[in-house]
Amino acid sequence: METGTIKWKTAGAFFSKYGIYFAFVLLTGTLVVVSPPFRTLSNVENILQQISVNGIMAVGMTLVIITAGIDLSVGSVLALSAVVATSFAHPDTYSLVVPVLLGLLVGLACGTVNGILIAKKRLAPFIVTLGMMTVARGLALVYTSGRPEIDLSDAYDEIGGGSIGHVPFPAIIFFVVVLLGIFILHFTRFGRYVYAVGGNELAAKVSGINTDRVLIGVYALTGALAGIAGIVLSSRIMSGPPATGAGYELDAIAAVVIGGTSLSGGVGSIAGTIVGVLIIGVMNNGLDLLNVSSYWQQIVKGLIIVFAVLLDKKAKQ
Amino acid sequence: MNETNPMTTAQKTSNNTRLKMEGISKSFSGVVALSHVKLEVARGEVHAVMGENGAGKSTLMKILSGIHQKDQGTICLNEKPVDISSPKEALDLGISMIHQELNPVRAMTVAENIFLGKEPCYRFTNVVNRRKQRELTLALFREMDVAINPDAKMGDLSVAEMQMVEIVKAVSYNSSILIMDEPTSAITGREVSKLFEIIRRLKSKGIAIIYISHKMDEIFRISDTITVLRDGQYIETRPARELDHDTLVKLMVGRKISELFPKVNSAKGEVSLEVDGLAKRGLFQNISFKARKGEVLGFAGLMGAGRTEVMETVFGLRRADAGSVRINGEEVRIQLPADAIRHRMALITEDRQLKGLNLKASVKDNLTLVNLKKFSRFGQILQSKRENLAADAGIKKLRIKTRHRNQIVKTLSGGNQQKVVLAKWLLNDPEIIILDEPTRGIDIGAKAEIYKIIAQLAEQGKTIIMVSSELEEILGLCDRVIVLYHGKISGEFERSSFNQENIIKAAMGNAVARNSAN
Repeated sequence: METGTIKWKTAGAFFSKYGIYFAFVLLTGTLVVVSPPFRTLSNVENILQQISVNGIMAVGMTLVIITAGIDLSVGSVLALSAVVATSFAHPDTYSLVVPVLLGLLVGLACGTVNGILIAKKRLAPFIVTLGMMTVARGLALVYTSGRPEIDLSDAYDEIGGGSIGHVPFPAIIFFVVVLLGIFILHFTRFGRYVYAVGGNELAAKVSGINTDRVLIGVYALTGALAGIAGIVLSSRIMSGPPATGAGYELDAIAAVVIGGTSLSGGVGSIAGTIVGVLIIGVMNNGLDLLNVSSYWQQIVKGLIIVFAVLLDKKAKQ
Repeated sequence: MNETNPMTTAQKTSNNTRLKMEGISKSFSGVVALSHVKLEVARGEVHAVMGENGAGKSTLMKILSGIHQKDQGTICLNEKPVDISSPKEALDLGISMIHQELNPVRAMTVAENIFLGKEPCYRFTNVVNRRKQRELTLALFREMDVAINPDAKMGDLSVAEMQMVEIVKAVSYNSSILIMDEPTSAITGREVSKLFEIIRRLKSKGIAIIYISHKMDEIFRISDTITVLRDGQYIETRPARELDHDTLVKLMVGRKISELFPKVNSAKGEVSLEVDGLAKRGLFQNISFKARKGEVLGFAGLMGAGRTEVMETVFGLRRADAGSVRINGEEVRIQLPADAIRHRMALITEDRQLKGLNLKASVKDNLTLVNLKKFSRFGQILQSKRENLAADAGIKKLRIKTRHRNQIVKTLSGGNQQKVVLAKWLLNDPEIIILDEPTRGIDIGAKAEIYKIIAQLAEQGKTIIMVSSELEEILGLCDRVIVLYHGKISGEFERSSFNQENIIKAAMGNAVARNSAN
């Protein structure tokens, strides 16, 4: 009797702890059963391609949120990187390295500015990145005069459209970014400092950590990843529209939060974020295939976010 | 010094019993916090509940004030069994509590804080009558002889003033039972006397007061009866005047602490740290002192005298306006904690939760944080095996009670958290160790262990600087003590000429000549 209850409790704790993984399996399993088009290989490719952009940004967002910060500018930075990169991606102009590097640098620069204002000027991340969100969007519009670049070289188009076997390039880039994120966060000194700053910035400072450098590094990295996401996205849609990526920051934040990273900082993992990204991606795709209207999709997505956090809170008690 | 009201014990007949808790048990996810504990408190009595951290005092009080629910047992108020299932119910039953952690709404005024949740309103409306609220606050303040502006923003008050407001707030509920959990953690001398004055007045009104404190002298000054808990068990209840310090400690710890303070047998070596003319406007002026290898140098003074600020400046957490620091005879520039750490200094901060630890991280992650580079290949890639070994060694050496190196620090007891802070710095093998209130809020057993560690470090030839507000600790452990008052050195005493009275005088601002041949 006694052991029975204990087992039951342990099972409950286990479920709460890994609930988000079960939720993902349940969601996927259900869709596999109810939707024949969902279980086709081409759809899996499709999903991989769709989640990559959000996934790349969510990896950076995970680090930012672990420091108890937030980055609202990634969607706009993505757009700015995309318009700058595509403007150097005309056929027969520059080699592919130029647009890619420039897109990356634009993202890195925006992120660094965010980081410096947050770390050195002690401004709230919410405010700084809200400002950057508007400025970067404006810059993207100014740069293109509102007209997107649509004539892109084949090599550039290949980044988002190509694949190795059945695995699309964006998915490979996402995979590499994930490995990089896991390595940085869980296997380096810098990663440990990210947790230390988020858990207790003052204690980190007393322990001799240059907390400013950690914060600037995290926002710079997130900016650079938004830049990569911008290149991948513009290549996939074969143009660089300045209005692209609006609201993407919220998807990235949602994925991180669903994955169990605490908005109050100090706690979180890349693995959780990946599940968050997968849940959002699979759900969007599945609901599309089931002909659920996009209006309803929003409602479902919102409910899942709140439910995930509830589950997480319960697990922690 | 016995201020017990003879009436209370005489009157302690059954119909005078305000509160009777019996057979109270409580477990948290399988861990027993309380097992068949009882507590009986009479009208107009100050009843101290004593025990080490983790003895179950706080859990018992949280059950009484409705924050936790008991698993078993009965609670009777004025002879009637009651069921307390929420803090609101406890308040309605006349039980209020002054919490150990202050939680005021900083953006509101003092009056608004006091009347939070029970604002006086205009008749038939929900509109707060601010004038009346202010008047009622003033009346309360007058009654308790408190001089705080009711219109001041709570956040602008000093910690001591905030604590006084919390006390007034708890009293304002007109409760018949008042629980005070470490009410003097942030106040000193005069305010403590004022609090005791208030307590005596409340007693005379028949209010029962349950008093929890680690400060022994207070317990003997104010309490009539003492109940001791240990490891979640009821041990004994006795009139305070039948107990003395040693007996009480023995009851709490369950063993006799023959010697709380170890003898420090260290040879005093050369001067390792020399601070000259250190100043920071508004905080402290002209601070000069020398500390030797193998010496335990104490810093005494009242709260707010500037001791913590001086140490934080020496360590590079604050910038000095003037002054110099020499280490082993060479002048050094310390602008960041990283510089201090490079010069083999360690700072065990006053507030471990605020500045010492990352509570959300594991014991191991906290332990290796100061010198993580040592555990990294190419300066970046963590070597978890070596980290684990070092963490386990630290846990073993300081006997930190943790299930595993990966246990989250937040779940450890205060004493063990403090040991984590110590171990974390000792892993870096420092030469100059500054300890700011190293035993605040931890139980006697853990205190004794920390004293032992300090003595060992001194014997190894380390330079120890200890800031402490507990005079007993300063007298028991230090070779020399410097006293600060209002940001200035007001006295210095060698162990041979230690004199409790003079130290207190210096701390109160009566300048005493530095009587040491420094």
